[in-house]
Amino acid sequence: MTRGPSWFNVTSIVLGFSFLYLPIVLLVIYSFNESRLVTVWGGFSTKWYVELLQNDQLLDAAWVTLRVAFVSASVATVLGTMAALVLVRSGRFMGRSMFSGMIFAPLVMPEVILGLSLLLLFVAMDQARGFWTVIIAHTTFAMCYVAVVVQSRLVGFDKSVEEAAEDLGCPPIKTFFLITLPIILPGVIAGWMLAFTLSLDDLVIASFTTGPGATTLPMKIYSQVRLGVTPEINAVCTILVVLVSIGVIAASIATKRQQVQRERDERAAFGADG
Amino acid sequence: MSKAASKSKRGLGGWGLIAVPYFWLLIFFLAPFLIVFKISLSQVAVAIPPYFPTFDLAEGWQAFREGLSELSLENYVWLTEDALYWKSYVSSVYIAAVSTLITLLIGYPIAYGMARSPEAWRPTLLMLVILPFWTSFLIRVYAWIGILKNEGLLNQFLMMLGLIDEPLVILNTNAAVYIGIVYSYLPFLVLPLYASLEKLDGSLLEAAEDLGCPPWKAFWKITVPLSLPGVIAGCFLVFIPAVGEFVIPDLLGGSETLMIGKTLWVEFFNNRDWPVSSAVAVILLLILVIPIVLFQNQQQKMAEKNQ
Repeated sequence: MTRGPSWFNVTSIVLGFSFLYLPIVLLVIYSFNESRLVTVWGGFSTKWYVELLQNDQLLDAAWVTLRVAFVSASVATVLGTMAALVLVRSGRFMGRSMFSGMIFAPLVMPEVILGLSLLLLFVAMDQARGFWTVIIAHTTFAMCYVAVVVQSRLVGFDKSVEEAAEDLGCPPIKTFFLITLPIILPGVIAGWMLAFTLSLDDLVIASFTTGPGATTLPMKIYSQVRLGVTPEINAVCTILVVLVSIGVIAASIATKRQQVQRERDERAAFGADG
Repeated sequence: MSKAASKSKRGLGGWGLIAVPYFWLLIFFLAPFLIVFKISLSQVAVAIPPYFPTFDLAEGWQAFREGLSELSLENYVWLTEDALYWKSYVSSVYIAAVSTLITLLIGYPIAYGMARSPEAWRPTLLMLVILPFWTSFLIRVYAWIGILKNEGLLNQFLMMLGLIDEPLVILNTNAAVYIGIVYSYLPFLVLPLYASLEKLDGSLLEAAEDLGCPPWKAFWKITVPLSLPGVIAGCFLVFIPAVGEFVIPDLLGGSETLMIGKTLWVEFFNNRDWPVSSAVAVILLLILVIPIVLFQNQQQKMAEKNQ
């Protein structure tokens, strides 16, 4: 379209984005509120952040959450990347539709069902619940998200480079690590980050599958929120929001830069040819 | 390389590639559902685990068969007898459907505006839609409590403007649940919708305009039908998880809010009735199976089209 954006389009974008961002902005602002009453402004203060640093329970929960997120995101990335390769590359095999069904279903499955079913599995297996059961649960649903993200990267992939390597006698495993992986890497990294934040976020599945000694940060936040809104919780939330935003923005800038670099390299290569 | 050729070339590594994620999902995704189904046929027991029979293979075949005869549909009968359950199901589906519709009405102009914006803006706008999706669900729901409370920011603002004298009661009502669902799931709808609107060929609209078609008619006859795959994908992504939503009705809803995710949670954690909560889960899954299968078929079709 050659015309500039119409007033209608601009208005809907502005209103839409204010709706998406205003609640988060207000939450961040009120985390710096001096007053304990969350909705009454009592002047600027960072005391809730200081208080946070002395709240051992909250810090413990944060540490558990980070470890769970790191391990489950890493395992989910490996499994999800494998699943994506299967979906895009393996052609037809027995049980393929069931396989893709199991990849897509957890994306929309209500969390209460996933949590309950995994808990009952762990009970049936007589498995003590705690740190590792939460990791297995998070890995299972996060790998499906990773698979979808990596799959979209694999679809627009020029296979001829891989075939050239194999024709030249490169074994498949080596081809994967030398050629395929570097090309799909942005998708794999995005998948890992998505898996990490999904795990960081999750309240429902963790509540079902956790055991004593493995209380995650969302569970801790949830139990305090039920008692009411406090500036301390606002402060925790602000820290999380800021960290995640920095991560996402940094990743997207890095991807963009890499893309620009690759285009430049390609142009240089073709220039040398001609 | 044809598909047949790649198949014949699949060696041990190729099968391993399929087997590892396949078995992981069989064990940790599919098998748990069978267990949920089995326990939904069991009875509550004061024991660990709190249901009966348990099927211990060590007890032998005879005990297994006796256990099998103990299974019954009792819990399902109970679900039909107690109005709480079917009311929860009906109201969950209703709340999810209404929220999906509102999300579509709000999300369509946003996605449309994004797709029609100058190309230089689009990556930034896209990232701004994705960013809230990355920030914690719980935090975004929590943020609304401070806004919607009786003495909250919205009421303060409206009273300051003199629009209202008494604070509006929004928190702990169904209205707050609608706001929460629409807010939380808006990016899920905008993203697929934007993807299909962006691909739309602008020359079609220009052709319609040249032939004297008024803009609103061109929109209705060209843009809407061509964006339909995005609309459908987006609506599924909102509707299906919203039906089983727990956090939003629990934190924003009140005693009048009946949603099945919350009912299941209470049954499990407060009443410790595992068999009944399993039965609730089985029925919820049956309700969602049709939309989930439709969603999968659509995803598969789109994936194949892209290949």
